[in-house]
Amino acid sequence: MLSGALIVVLSFAYVGLLFAIAYWGDKRADAGRSIIANPYIYTLSLAVYCTSWTFYGSVGRAATSGIGFLPIYLGPTLMAALWWYVLLKMVRISKAHRITSIADFIASRYGKSHLLGGLVTVIAVLGIVPYIALQLKAISASFSTMLQYPNTVASGSAASLPFLQDNTFYIAMLLAAFTILFGTRHLDATERHEGLVAAIAFESIVKLVAFIAVGVFVTWGMFDGFADVFNKAAASPELNALLFQGGASGNYTTWASLTVLSMLAIILLPRQFQVAVVENVDERHLNKAIWLFPLYLFAINIFVLPIALGGLMHFPPGTVDADTYVLTLPMSEHRTWLALLAFIGGLSAATGMVIVETIALSTMVCNDLVMPILLRWKFLRLTERPDLSGLLLGIRRAAIVVVLVLGYGYFHLAGEAYALVSIGLISFTAVAQFAPAMIGGLFWKGGTRLGALLGLGAGFLVWLYSLLLPSFAKSGWLPITFLTEGIFGFDLLKPQQLFGLTGLDDISHCLFWSMIANIGCYVGFSLWRRPTAAEHSQANLFVDVFRHVTPGSGSRFWRGSATVADLQTLLGRFIGPERANESFAAYARSQGIQGSEQVTANAVLVHYVESQIAGAIGSASARDMVASVVVEEPLALDEVMAIIDEASQALAYSRQLEQKSRELEAATNELRGANQRLQELDRLKDDFISTVTHELRTPLTSIRAFSEILSDNPQLDPAQRSKFLGIITRESERLTRLINQVLDLAKIESGAADWHPGSIDMREVLDDAVTALSQICKERNITLDLQMPEKIPAVMADRDRVTQVVLNLLSNAANFCDKPDSRIAVSLVTEKSALRVAVADNGIGISPADQAVIFEKFRQVSDSPAGKPRGSGLGLAISREIIRHFGGRLWVESTPGRGSTFFFTLPLQNEAAAAQAA
Amino acid sequence: MNGPPLKGQRLVALFLLGCLLFNFPVLSLFAGSTRIWGIPLIYLYVFAAWAIIIALMALIIERKDH
Amino acid sequence: MTASVLIVEDEESILLSLEFLLGKEGYAVTTARDGAEALRLLEQSVPDLVLLDVMLPLIDGFELCATMRAMPALAGTRIMLVTARGREAEIARGLALGADTYLTKPFSTRELMDRVRALLASPRTSGA
Repeated sequence: MLSGALIVVLSFAYVGLLFAIAYWGDKRADAGRSIIANPYIYTLSLAVYCTSWTFYGSVGRAATSGIGFLPIYLGPTLMAALWWYVLLKMVRISKAHRITSIADFIASRYGKSHLLGGLVTVIAVLGIVPYIALQLKAISASFSTMLQYPNTVASGSAASLPFLQDNTFYIAMLLAAFTILFGTRHLDATERHEGLVAAIAFESIVKLVAFIAVGVFVTWGMFDGFADVFNKAAASPELNALLFQGGASGNYTTWASLTVLSMLAIILLPRQFQVAVVENVDERHLNKAIWLFPLYLFAINIFVLPIALGGLMHFPPGTVDADTYVLTLPMSEHRTWLALLAFIGGLSAATGMVIVETIALSTMVCNDLVMPILLRWKFLRLTERPDLSGLLLGIRRAAIVVVLVLGYGYFHLAGEAYALVSIGLISFTAVAQFAPAMIGGLFWKGGTRLGALLGLGAGFLVWLYSLLLPSFAKSGWLPITFLTEGIFGFDLLKPQQLFGLTGLDDISHCLFWSMIANIGCYVGFSLWRRPTAAEHSQANLFVDVFRHVTPGSGSRFWRGSATVADLQTLLGRFIGPERANESFAAYARSQGIQGSEQVTANAVLVHYVESQIAGAIGSASARDMVASVVVEEPLALDEVMAIIDEASQALAYSRQLEQKSRELEAATNELRGANQRLQELDRLKDDFISTVTHELRTPLTSIRAFSEILSDNPQLDPAQRSKFLGIITRESERLTRLINQVLDLAKIESGAADWHPGSIDMREVLDDAVTALSQICKERNITLDLQMPEKIPAVMADRDRVTQVVLNLLSNAANFCDKPDSRIAVSLVTEKSALRVAVADNGIGISPADQAVIFEKFRQVSDSPAGKPRGSGLGLAISREIIRHFGGRLWVESTPGRGSTFFFTLPLQNEAAAAQAA
Repeated sequence: MNGPPLKGQRLVALFLLGCLLFNFPVLSLFAGSTRIWGIPLIYLYVFAAWAIIIALMALIIERKDH
Repeated sequence: MTASVLIVEDEESILLSLEFLLGKEGYAVTTARDGAEALRLLEQSVPDLVLLDVMLPLIDGFELCATMRAMPALAGTRIMLVTARGREAEIARGLALGADTYLTKPFSTRELMDRVRALLASPRTSGA
C-alpha cells in the first residue's frame, strides 16, 4: 500500500521541479541565452499534443477497438508534411502582425472583427472544457488507482466526492497557480513564455520515457517480446476477434474522420497554436519538427498494443478499467517504482496540456472577449486609465481559474459517461470548426467576415446540438429522450441521427453535418457580396504574406497625426511604462535612429505601436486604442478615390511606357529586318545582273568568235562555213530569246505585263502545245502521250500565256529525256475547284535539293550527268509567275533517276471569278 | 523556407502518398487474418508505412540540395 | 615541237571555236567538258597550257585551278582563265589561286591567239 501522502508529495515535488525548470528558462531568456532556441526543444514542446488521452486513453481505446487508436497520430503525421505550407504561413503572419492566439488570428484575417474574435473564443472555451476535464479525470483516476496499490480493482469514483475532499480539485488549483505564475508573469507584445516552454518540453520527455518504460516492462518483463504478446492474444477467441475485427478493418469511415479531425487539431487546437506559432522562436525550427514530431508520435505508440493486450490477458474481464492499464499492470506485478514513474508520466501528460491550453484560452478570453467589452463600456473610463497592464494580467489570471473550474465542473457533470478518448474527440470536433475560416483565410482571398462568422456559428451550433448536448444527456444531465426522440419529438432532429442519417459513429456524424453547415455558410456567404476594403486589405496581407516582406506594410493608406509622447503613453498603459520605453528604443534602433527622442510620429510608428498593443489585447482592440490617441484624418471617399486614381494613373502611365518601349523594340526589329531584306535584295539583284551578264556573254562569245573566224579564214570549205554560220544563227536566236525572257519576267514581276484573259478550253491549249512539240519529239525518239477527259469546264486565263507555260514544261521534259525509250505523258484532270495539268517524263529526275530552287531565276539543275542543261534558266520562273497570276499553282514531284512530273492547276471559272471579286 | 520550393512539393506529394496508404481501400488489402512473426499483418503494415513516411520526411528535410 | 593545249569548256559552240582556232595554229588540242574529265586527262598527260572556263558544272574553274596548282607534275603548265564574269574580285581570286592570266568573254580571237602565244613563249614563273 502506497500512502496517499507519498503520492501527493511526489506529485508536488514533480510540479516543483517544473517550477524550477520554468524559472531557470525565464532567467536564461532574460539574460539573452535562450535554452529553447533549437528545433529539438521546439519539437518536444509540440508534443504537448500527447496528453493523458495518449498516455492512458490510447491503451483503453486499443483494448476496445484494436488499431482504432492510431488515426489520432497518423493525421498529425500527414499534416506535418503540409506544415511547410500551412504552419509556416501561420507563423510568418503571426510574427508580422503580433498575433497571439487563434481567435486573434481569425479575427485579424477578416478585417479585425471583434465579433469574430469573440465567437472563436467562445467556441474554443466551450470546446476545450471537456478536454481539460479529460485531463482532470485522468489525474484523478490515476491518483485513486495508485492509492489502492497494490490492489488493482477499480474503486469508487472521485467525481462523486464533494469537491473539498476531492484531490482532483486541489490538483486543478495547483495547475492554475503554476499557469498563472509562469504564463502571466508579465505582459509582452510577443506573448512568449520561454520558461514555460522549457517545462513543457521536459514533460514531453518524462511522459515518453515513462510510457516506453511500462511498454518495455510489459513486452519483455511480463511476456517474451512482441510476438509472444500477439501469439498469446491469438489463443483467446475474444482477443483474436479484437485483433482482426476492431479498428481499421471494422469501420473505415470512423478511421478516416478521426484522421481528418486529428489533422486539423494539430494546427487548430489553441495549445498547439500557442506552442507551434506563438512560442516559436525561429521559423527554421519548423523544418526539423516536420519529421521529428511524427517520430515522437511513432515512438509513444509502439507499445500501446502490447500494453492493451497484456492488460486484457492479465486481468479478468470487467475488473480493471482499460484506461488505467499503464498503471495497473506494473502495480499488479508489484513494481512500485515503475508504477510511480508511470503515474508521473501521466501527470506530465495531463499537466502539460492543461497549462498550455489554459494560457492559450486565457489570452483569447482576455484579448478577444473581455477587453473589447470593457473598452466599449465608456462608464468604466478604461481608456483614461494610465496603466492597464495590471488589469490585463488580472483578467488573464481570472480566466485561467475560470477555465479550470469549468473543466472541473464538466468532469463532475459528464466525466463518468465517457472514456477518455471519446471526451477528447468532442473537443477535436469543436476546434475543427475553425478549419474553414482558418485554412480558407490562409489561401483564399475571397473569404469574408460574414462568411467566417456564419460558417463558424453554424458549425458550432451543429456541434453543440449533435455532440456536446448529447454528452450531457448521456450523463443524465439532460433528459435522455432528447437523444432517443429528438428535440420536441421531431424524429428528423434526433441529435445523433440528424435528418435520418444513420450508420455513422457520433463523431463522424457530427463532423459531416457541422462541416457541411460550416463550409457551406463560409463559402456561400463569402461569395454573397464583395469584401469590404478592410477585409480585402487583410486578406491580401495574410494570403500574400510571403510577398509582403516588411512588417508595417499594412499601414499604407493611413493618414493622421499623433505625438510620439501620446503613443508611448498609450503603449505604456498596456505593457507598462518601463517596457514601453524599451520598446520605443528598440523601434528607434530598427529604424536606424540614434535616440528615441528623434522618433517621428509617422504611419510606421503608429503601426508599430498598434502591433505591440495587439500583442497585449488583440488586434481588433488595439486598432480602437490607437485610434483613440491618433487624430486620424479619416480618408474621405474622394481621397480614397484620389489614391486609387493616382495608383491607377501611375499604373496606366507605366503601362503606356511599357507599350511604347515594346513598340519601339518592334519597330527596331522591323527596321533591322527590312535592312536585312534590302541587303538580301541588293545581293540578289547583283547576282541577277551578274548571271544575266554571264548568260548574255556566252552566246555573244560564240557569235563573235565564229564571225571573226569566218572573216579571217575566207578559204574555209563550204560545209564548215555553213556549220559555223548555223552556230551564229542559233546563238543569235538564243540571245534574242534570253533578252525577251528577261524583259518578260521583268514586266510580269513589276505588274506591267499585258494580260489577255478569256475563257479558254484547256483541251485546245494542250492539243496545240503537243502538236507544236511533236516534231521535235519524233526527231529525238520521244513518245509523247496526251490524256484528257471528253469534256472539261472552261477556265479564265490568257491563252497565249498558258500555252507558253505548257510549251516550257514540254520542252524542259524533252531536254531531260536522254534514254532510248523516253516518254512524256501529258494529262488533264478536273478537280473539285480546279483543272490540273501534269507533264510527266521518265528522264533523269530532279534531286530534292534542286526541286526547291529550280523555280528561281537562272537556277538550273547543274549536276545533271548529261552536262549543262539547256535553256535560259528563266522558263520555270516565268511559268510560275503566269500560273500564279491566274490563281493556280505550279510545282514538281520527282524521283531522281525515275523522272519528274510538273503539275499546275488553274481554278475553274466561277472560282476564279469569286477570287477576283474578292 | 530557405530551401528550394521543390522541397515543399515533395512534402505535399508525400502527404498525398500518406493519405493513400492510410485509407480505404489500401488498408483493406492488409486487413486479412495473415500473421507475420505472430503479429497481425495490418499492424505491421501501418507501423511500417508510418516509419517509411517519417523516414522520407527526414530525407526530404535534411537533404542538402544543389 | 608543238605545244599542247587542254581546253576546258562546257559551252559546246565556244569549245568548238577555241578548238578550231588553236588547232589551226598547230597546237596539239585536247578538250574536256567538265572539271572531272579535265582532271582525268591531266593525270594522263601534262599540257603546256590549259584554257579554263570558270563556270563549269560539278567542279568549277577556281576549284580546278587550285587542284592543278597542288599537283607537282603540273608545275610548268600555264593556266589561262576564260570567264564570262568580268568582276575584278573574281579575276583577283583566280590569279591568287594560281592562274597565269585571264581572258573575259566575249573575246577577240586575235587577242586570244596573241595571249596564248605570249604565254607559251615565256617560261612559267613559279607561282605560289
